[in-house]
Amino acid sequence: MSIILQVSNLVKRFGDLTAVNDVSFNIHAGSCVGLLGPNGAGKTTTIELMEGIKTPTAGSITYNGEPLGQNFRNEAGIMFQNTALQEFVTVREMLVQFSRFYPKTANIEQLVKDYSLEEFLHQDTRKLSGGQKQRLLLAIALINQPKILFLDEPTTGLDPQSRRNLWEQVRRIKENGATILLTTHYMEEAYELCDEIAIMDHGKIIAHDAPDVLLARHFNDVVVQLREQDILPVIGKETFGATYRNGSAHIVTSDVNATVEQLLQLKVPLAHLRIRARDLEDLFLDLTGKALRS
Amino acid sequence: MIWKRIYALFVARNTEFFRDRSALAWSILLPILIIFVFAYAFTDKNPEKFKVAYLVSEDIVREKNNPPFEKFMATRYIQFIPVEMVDTNLRKIERHQIDLLIDPQTSRYWINQTSPNGYIVEKLLIAAYVNAVQTPIQTMVDGDQVRYLDWVIPGVIAMNMMWGALFGIGFVIVRYRKMGVLKRLRATPVKPIEFLTAQIMSRLWLLVIVNTLIFIGMDFFLDFRMHGSYVDLFLVFTLGCICLICCGLLIAARISNEEVANGMLNLISWPMMFLSGVWFSLEGAHPWMQKFASILPLTHVIEAAREIMIDGAGLAQVSDHLLVLIVTSILLLLIGAKIFRWE
Repeated sequence: MSIILQVSNLVKRFGDLTAVNDVSFNIHAGSCVGLLGPNGAGKTTTIELMEGIKTPTAGSITYNGEPLGQNFRNEAGIMFQNTALQEFVTVREMLVQFSRFYPKTANIEQLVKDYSLEEFLHQDTRKLSGGQKQRLLLAIALINQPKILFLDEPTTGLDPQSRRNLWEQVRRIKENGATILLTTHYMEEAYELCDEIAIMDHGKIIAHDAPDVLLARHFNDVVVQLREQDILPVIGKETFGATYRNGSAHIVTSDVNATVEQLLQLKVPLAHLRIRARDLEDLFLDLTGKALRS
Repeated sequence: MIWKRIYALFVARNTEFFRDRSALAWSILLPILIIFVFAYAFTDKNPEKFKVAYLVSEDIVREKNNPPFEKFMATRYIQFIPVEMVDTNLRKIERHQIDLLIDPQTSRYWINQTSPNGYIVEKLLIAAYVNAVQTPIQTMVDGDQVRYLDWVIPGVIAMNMMWGALFGIGFVIVRYRKMGVLKRLRATPVKPIEFLTAQIMSRLWLLVIVNTLIFIGMDFFLDFRMHGSYVDLFLVFTLGCICLICCGLLIAARISNEEVANGMLNLISWPMMFLSGVWFSLEGAHPWMQKFASILPLTHVIEAAREIMIDGAGLAQVSDHLLVLIVTSILLLLIGAKIFRWE
C-alpha cells in the first residue's frame, strides 16, 4: 500500500508545554489507523496538526508526497471532537452549504439516505440529538468524497446503539477505499475498526502496530477474572498481585492451572471465574499507567 | 469556485440572520424608532413662526424708549431672541436659522434676500416703523437655508450605519470563533479572504437596504434638504458601509471573547460618535481633536454626505473623502485577512 500521509519529526509547543514531541509515522492508503492515549497525551493536537488546523513548531507532514495544501483541503474529510454548526440552518441547508466549498462532491440525496438523515432533514441543526448530530457531522465530513478521513473521538457521548451504528458507517467508508485516522478512548472501538494502532503518551508515540501484533508482542499471559467480593484485596493483592477495577479482580498469570489450584486451596469461590486473553485496555494501561490524567 | 464558496457563506449568513427573529426584529425596529424620534423631535409645534434676533444694548432705557421697536416686538407669532454679536448671527441669517437681525439703536436690520420668512418679517418691521422718526436701514445677506435637521440627518444615517456595521459584523465573527464554526470552516478549502468577503457582502446589502429605508422614511416625515445626486449619496453611504464593516472585521480578526470584542468595538464607536460630527460641528475645537477626527472613517462619510445633501456637491468635490474611504477599506481588509485567526 502506498503512503498517503507521512508525518516526520512533528513537534508542537504551547509556551513551555511540548504537546507533541518528535512524532513520526506513516499512514497507508486504505488503512484505518487508531490514535489512542490518555487525556492530555497529545492525540487531538497531533490529529489537528495532521488536519492542517494547527501549524507545527517543527517537523513536516506530507499528503501524497506534497506539503498540506489545496489538494489536501479538497480531498480530506474532517470530523472534529466538538463541532459547532451555524445556527438557524437546517440539516439539508448545511449539507448544501458544505457541498459548495468543494470542486467534487458526493450526492447529497445518497448521503441523506446512507446516514439516515431523512426524518430531520428540514430541522434546525440546534435541535438535533447527540446521535443525529454525529451522523450529520459524519455526512458533512464525507460531502467531498474524501480520500482521507479524520475522526476525532466520533463516538464520545453516544449511547451504545448510536456508537455501533457509527461503527457500521465507518466500516462502510473503509470498504469504499477511504483512509481513516481515528482517535478514541474506547479500546473496543479501536480494536473493532482499526488496522493499526498508535498509542501516545506525553506527546510521543510509545507503540504502533496492528492490534493483534501489539498484544502478542506485549503479552504471553492471560487474565483470571473474579468478582471483587469473592476475593478480598488482602489475599488478591498480596498473593496474586491482582488489580481491582469495575467490580472485578484481575489476576495476570502465565500458568492458569497453578493459579486456579492456588485459588481452590484458599477456598476462593470460583462460580464467577472467567479466563480471558489480554486485551487492548490491558495493553493501554500497561503502557500508560493507571494514574488519573487531567 | 471562489465565488461559489463566497456565495455559499453569503447565503448561510443571510439565512441565519433572517431566521434569528430577535436580531431581525431589532434591525427593523431600531430604524423605525429613529425615524419616529426624529419626526417627533423636529415637528414644529411652536406657534411662533418667525425668529427675529435683536442686538441687546447696555443702555436698556433707550431700548425701552424706542416706540416703533416696542410696537414691532408686540407682534404675535414672532419669537424675539436677544443677541450680543452681529457676526455670528449673520451666519444664522445666511443659513435661514433666524429670519431677521435688527440693531434697535440704529434701526439697521439684516435679512436674507432668499428667505420668504425674512420677506414677511421685513414687511411687519416696516409697518411698525411707519411715521417713526428713524427709518429702518436694510442690509441684504446671501445664503440658502440650512436647518439643524438638514445638517444632522446625514450624521444620523451614518451613525446608524456605523452601529450596524461594527457590531453586526464584529460580534458575529467573534461568536463563530468562540462556538467553533470558524474551526470547521478552516477544515474546508475556504480561505480567510473568501470568508471575510462573504461577511462584508452579507452585511453590506442589509445595511444598504435598512439605511435606504431610513432615508425614505425620514424624507417622508421630515422633508429635509437634498441638493445633490441620489446616486452620489448612495455611493458615499455604500463606501462608508464597506469601510465601517472592514473596521468591524479588523477588530474581530483575532478576538474570541465577546466581552473583549464589546469593549474594543465601543472603544472605536464612541469616539466616532462624538468626534465625527454626528451631532455637532468640531469647528473651533482643539486642533488635535480635529486632526484625530480626520482619521475616523465616519468623519469622511458624514462630511461627504453633507456636502452632497446640503451643498449639492458632485463626486469630484467629495473625491478626497471617497479616496480615504476606499484606501482605508482596502487596508483594513488586507490587514484583517492577514491577521485573521480561525480559532
